[in-house]
Amino acid sequence: MQTLAGLLTQALHLALVLLAAPLVVGCTRWLKARMMGRRGAPPWQPVRDLAKLLRKRPVLAENASLVSEAAPYIAVVTTLVALALVPSFAQGMAFAPLGDLLLVAGLLALARVALVLAGMDVGTAFGGMGAAREVSFSAFAEPALLVAVLSFAILAGSTNLDLVAATFRDGQLGLRVSLALAAIAMLAVALADNARMPVDNPGTHLELTMVHEAMLLESSGRHLALWEFQAALKLELWLALLAAVFLPFGTAAAGAGPLAWGLGLLAWLVKMAGLTLALAVFESAIAKMRVFRVPEFLGAALLLALLAAALLFVSTGLA
Amino acid sequence: MLTALSLVIGALLLLGLAAVPLAPRAAGARLVHGGCVAACVLLVVLAIWALLAGGGAVLALPFGPPWGRALLALDGLSAWFLLVLGVTGAIASLYAMARPPARPGAVPPYPLFLAGMVLTVAAADAFTLMFGFEVMSLASWALVAADHAQAENRRAARLYLMMAALSAACLVPAFGLLAGHAGGFSFAALRAAPPTGWLAGGVLLLGLLGAGSKAGLAPLHSWQPMVYPAAPSHVTALMSGAMAKVALYVLARLLLDLCGPAQPLWWGVPLLVVGAVSAVLGALRATLEDDTKVLLACSSIENIGLITIGLGLALAFRGADLGPLAALAAGAALLHILNHGVFKTLLFLVAGSVLASAGSRRLDRLGGLIHAMPVTAGCALVGIAAAAALPPLSGFASEWLLLQALLAGWRTGDIGFQVLAAAGTALAAMATALAAAAMVRLFGLVFLGRPRTPRGAGAHEVGRLERWALLIPAGLTLLLGLLPGPMLALAQPALMALLGPAAMAPAQGFALLGGTGEAAAWYLPLALLAALAVAGLLVLLAVRARSPLETRRGPVWNGGFINAPDYLPFGDPLSQPSAGGFAQPLRSMLGTSLLAARQRVDMPRPGETRAAGYTASFADPAFGWLVVPAARLRDAVAKRCETLRDFSVRRCLSLGFGTLLALLALLAWLEAH
Repeated sequence: MQTLAGLLTQALHLALVLLAAPLVVGCTRWLKARMMGRRGAPPWQPVRDLAKLLRKRPVLAENASLVSEAAPYIAVVTTLVALALVPSFAQGMAFAPLGDLLLVAGLLALARVALVLAGMDVGTAFGGMGAAREVSFSAFAEPALLVAVLSFAILAGSTNLDLVAATFRDGQLGLRVSLALAAIAMLAVALADNARMPVDNPGTHLELTMVHEAMLLESSGRHLALWEFQAALKLELWLALLAAVFLPFGTAAAGAGPLAWGLGLLAWLVKMAGLTLALAVFESAIAKMRVFRVPEFLGAALLLALLAAALLFVSTGLA
Repeated sequence: MLTALSLVIGALLLLGLAAVPLAPRAAGARLVHGGCVAACVLLVVLAIWALLAGGGAVLALPFGPPWGRALLALDGLSAWFLLVLGVTGAIASLYAMARPPARPGAVPPYPLFLAGMVLTVAAADAFTLMFGFEVMSLASWALVAADHAQAENRRAARLYLMMAALSAACLVPAFGLLAGHAGGFSFAALRAAPPTGWLAGGVLLLGLLGAGSKAGLAPLHSWQPMVYPAAPSHVTALMSGAMAKVALYVLARLLLDLCGPAQPLWWGVPLLVVGAVSAVLGALRATLEDDTKVLLACSSIENIGLITIGLGLALAFRGADLGPLAALAAGAALLHILNHGVFKTLLFLVAGSVLASAGSRRLDRLGGLIHAMPVTAGCALVGIAAAAALPPLSGFASEWLLLQALLAGWRTGDIGFQVLAAAGTALAAMATALAAAAMVRLFGLVFLGRPRTPRGAGAHEVGRLERWALLIPAGLTLLLGLLPGPMLALAQPALMALLGPAAMAPAQGFALLGGTGEAAAWYLPLALLAALAVAGLLVLLAVRARSPLETRRGPVWNGGFINAPDYLPFGDPLSQPSAGGFAQPLRSMLGTSLLAARQRVDMPRPGETRAAGYTASFADPAFGWLVVPAARLRDAVAKRCETLRDFSVRRCLSLGFGTLLALLALLAWLEAH
């Protein structure tokens, strides 16, 4: 029974995240447009864009290798598997024992490497520049993420995402300063990893400071559709991760029935909408920073995460 | 079993002798290296046998130092390192069969090098261990110095000899301190009398200096990036894949086994600090270097640093009475030793094949080789993915365990150590991300893009045997990534040798286990691979159903950049990222503070006709602060000693007489106390 429920929730979760991914991006764009006084494209515009790109014939450069063709699939598949590990409306899904935070980070790193190699495949200046910047940022984002994970590992005793989420929902943790600090660190890492403001500007396509789009200049047709879809999945993954860890209330517990699932789904939709709105407000209010200020931004995130861990050491030492 | 092992050592020594007449002919060199392959395969069989059957026996050889006989034994720890040695040795020797070294002088020391490493690992007394260690050092020096026509190789060989002397000068007193205290040289006698107090501190310091300088730990790492490129490719692969591991074996044997289990928590701290610094420094240098072998040497420093973090954590957890966590940390270190041995051997061999086929080690003279050398490129891709710690390859499995051990560092309860472990987590994560950057840069610049020189454009795929020498380690890297659980179960005797009979490998079936009890985290590589494969198939089918059109080839878009003129057949070289250009963000973000990186832009004023210039440079602080002053000191001492040559007979005699008197006085003083 438990296994069956796990499988069922896992399947529903996958269907949900696949449907929701383009909508998250579309909603963010629509909200940003409204805040800037434009009417904006409807939230389901990314779905139309994907359908259009899939219909088009992909064109590859003459010296493109197999890397250009395989990388978008690898990136989408790894991001999808990582997303399958992040609980949305219910806990205790079939993949829950696999759902380790370090594994999620590793899968995202694999997707990033696929993107970077695709950017370098034909040897263009833009692709190489974007690749160099992407890997440089990750050298600062990764430690901040891992030290934030350390805080969860101390509180929950494990790096398993399902256990962390369950502990934070049921446990009497209350509001902790250290968790707030870790949340800020995770937010900064999420912004950098998704190439959002203030690290990168998702709204432009040719600008000297861009990172993510620079690596996609040679992709077209279904390859571009896959890359866009991967970016949408990654944004959704980070939002779902933040929701699962820091806003755990409302999620159906492992072994709960369909009614709890429905409530969990409602709670998840509200949480995702709230996070999307927060992202849109933040992006509309802030300007993009210079590339070489990004290490300071992520370094501050690392320091906050370390501070969170140190506070936990002190408080657990006293208790 | 031990008799067979001593026969293999003897056979390797004989092979070294036989190589002297055989080496000048290609068939002879191939024969010698074929013999090495056979010996290494035998070593693998013996190691697995010893790990499965358990081997506590000690074999006394019929010869040895004046005060006794040389002892050999294959306990769990020795057998595990023998396995690493056998696997990497077999691969490197197979490669050497396919592509014998250019100079016949590099053939005879090779079997001796292998024999020295086997002897070090299998020794059961301090004298035999040091003897094997020195054979290994001298034989590998001869291999580095084989191509001595080039001045830089001579410099590298000299530096290497000095470092070998330094590590011997530290390890001999370290074992001396132990033996003087215990009253014997055999490991059993040393183990029976663990050192305490300042004696233990002295052993820790000397062991870390001696074994650390050989393994390439900061701040004594700066010889590796100079020496590794000087040796032939298969020797470099073996030096990084096996010799550095033998040095780590000495470190683990000395600190975790012979010094006894009763050492305090802080014993792990020096290893943790040195390991974390090495990891970050090595990885950062790897992202900046523009020579394939130098880059891989720096990546070796990073991985050795990560392994040392694991050993340090194991020591600390054992000191804090946290047995399962100590097993987790030590398991991570042991697994990474094997994984790194295989994938780094693969990468050095790939660098060798690229050097032979495309004619250069410099990233700025290579490019686009994936079209000319598809098999090599595929093997390289597996290697760099493992080195970048990407799931589901082998590097990820062991680094996952290591990070789990670091994330459990707070359980020691000592706040100083907790903060240190948190900082170690950040540094290890940064090292991993930097290593990924370095590996992506290596693959992207060498195999992707366009050729950068006509010589590089004329590259061709390697021969059949050489292809196998690359495919086998690539396959092993995949397998080790999927089967970390069974490998750790195999390493169980090694864990018990390090941590006592209660140690349990952090694995269950095919899964790796981080943490303890209910709240443990799991890593199931086979399930992950299945999920990735199923999802991949479904995505592929779904996408191709909606998007049936085949791809078309066209000229590169490049953001609308105009095509290069016809006299530039490989396109405009300046429009392709260069090694320095790709490293630029990290150089200015981290390099300026850690590696004293400098860049200078020379922009002509309007109206001037000279060309603009850009120079960038960096320097390893360890080189300027440690190696250069040491070399200066050596020169000063040598100059002072030179004056002895001009002494008259009278002064020479009085010098000898004075020395005799001083020694007699020392003896009298020692007798009196």
